Amino acid sequence: MKINIAVNVRHETDGKITPLSIIWEDGRTFDIDRISDIRRAASLKAGGVGMRYTCRIRNKQIYLFDEEGCWFMEG
Amino acid sequence: MDRVILHSDMNNFYASVECLYDSSLRDKPIAVGGDPEQRHGIVLAKNYIAKAYGIQTGEALWQAKKKCPDIIFVPPHFERYLRFSQLARKIYYDFTDQIEPFGLDEVWLDVTGSKTLFGSGKKIADEIRERVKKELGITVSIGVSYNKIFAKLGSDMKKPDAITEIYPDNYSEKIWRLPVGKLLYVGPSTQKKLRYYGIYTIGDLANTDTKYLQSWFGINGIMLWQFANGLDNSPVSIIGAKSQVKSIGNSTTTPKDLTCDDDVKITLFLLSESVATRLRECGLLCHTVLIYVRDNKLQSFERQIKLEDPVCVSDIIADKAFYLFKTNMQQEYAVRSLGVRACDLTMDCNRQIGLLPESVRIMRQEDLENAVDNIRRRFGHYAIRRGIMLADKSLSTLNPKDDHIIHPVAFMR
Repeated sequence: MKINIAVNVRHETDGKITPLSIIWEDGRTFDIDRISDIRRAASLKAGGVGMRYTCRIRNKQIYLFDEEGCWFMEG
Repeated sequence: MDRVILHSDMNNFYASVECLYDSSLRDKPIAVGGDPEQRHGIVLAKNYIAKAYGIQTGEALWQAKKKCPDIIFVPPHFERYLRFSQLARKIYYDFTDQIEPFGLDEVWLDVTGSKTLFGSGKKIADEIRERVKKELGITVSIGVSYNKIFAKLGSDMKKPDAITEIYPDNYSEKIWRLPVGKLLYVGPSTQKKLRYYGIYTIGDLANTDTKYLQSWFGINGIMLWQFANGLDNSPVSIIGAKSQVKSIGNSTTTPKDLTCDDDVKITLFLLSESVATRLRECGLLCHTVLIYVRDNKLQSFERQIKLEDPVCVSDIIADKAFYLFKTNMQQEYAVRSLGVRACDLTMDCNRQIGLLPESVRIMRQEDLENAVDNIRRRFGHYAIRRGIMLADKSLSTLNPKDDHIIHPVAFMR
């Protein structure tokens, strides 16, 4: 099931995009501690295609996808 | 030196994209189909499970349902397919600039010059296959060969997610046993004719004397013989190189049968406006207007008329189209599909400017339509419309120019 989530994002002067934290449906915010990889990829689990950020949040690895400005997560 | 040509074909393109977005569909038979309410109810694509039931692209949804009662119909998302097509092209573009699209899901690549950078044709094909799978979540099959015809044949031989290589030293054993209908440009009627002469496989065709082929099919017979023998040397065009436009047309199947002149006029105006706008965008004028009519018995015909002055205004195109319609239809009619096409094109910059009132009228009309184009560009297609469009909203809520963006292409241009 694909659920789009809200993300706090920093837009750099050179156009680079860095997600900083994700905002859960209930309003809780989770900081992204580290981004280890950025690449274009498909998400077979959630169903979608976009830039994939491999993130570490509270010691757990998740994939965060930016699909044309809409973000979704694959756990 | 032999060329290295790849033909990449995205497997069950529309269906694969739909399955990617909805994982619950992946293990079920699905078909992407138009809206039966709008009478666009045919199968546009199906997945492998549906294929196993014998469902074919182009058949009506009710026929598909008969063959497979459990089939799930999914409405098409054209903007998604366009996006995927562009993303795939970006991947191809990493390997060569000689890319020639053949529809949304197929493409030829000439990688002869990239061999020293990326390795053999097979290696490049493998890399493309892997990248499309990882980055787009769908599979491609690729044919690797030394001409476009064999590359296309190759991409058709092993599916999905596979590579087929056809080279000068193995083509006769690999493809000559295939039925002749697999060859590009051998359609049902050519195939029937060939069968009549005892030619069943591509090998049969390749070994037939060109003298006979020419007498049966004219110059096309020689072309088919060359295709079968791997002698096709047509180049893969460079990406972005626009081919010469020969005609601009739009057609539609209407939500209900058109039975009165006003209905026909609404549809003809819609189509003519789109055609005229596209002519102006390309800086072209047309000398000939052609209409295509299909009635509810699926009988169709085309008629054309020459214009006195070349134009790019919808008023005149629609007038002529309606004139053609009236002079060729009987009193009572029920029309299912209509098409308007502008042909015999010339560049706008070569126009002879006239002083006669008729030419002046055309120029003024053109200015007016340019203004309309501008309004639509800024405020949307429906911001300004002809009064007649309000007569029947079920017919006039169509924007042929922007809604129908998939233009069919031909191999021969």
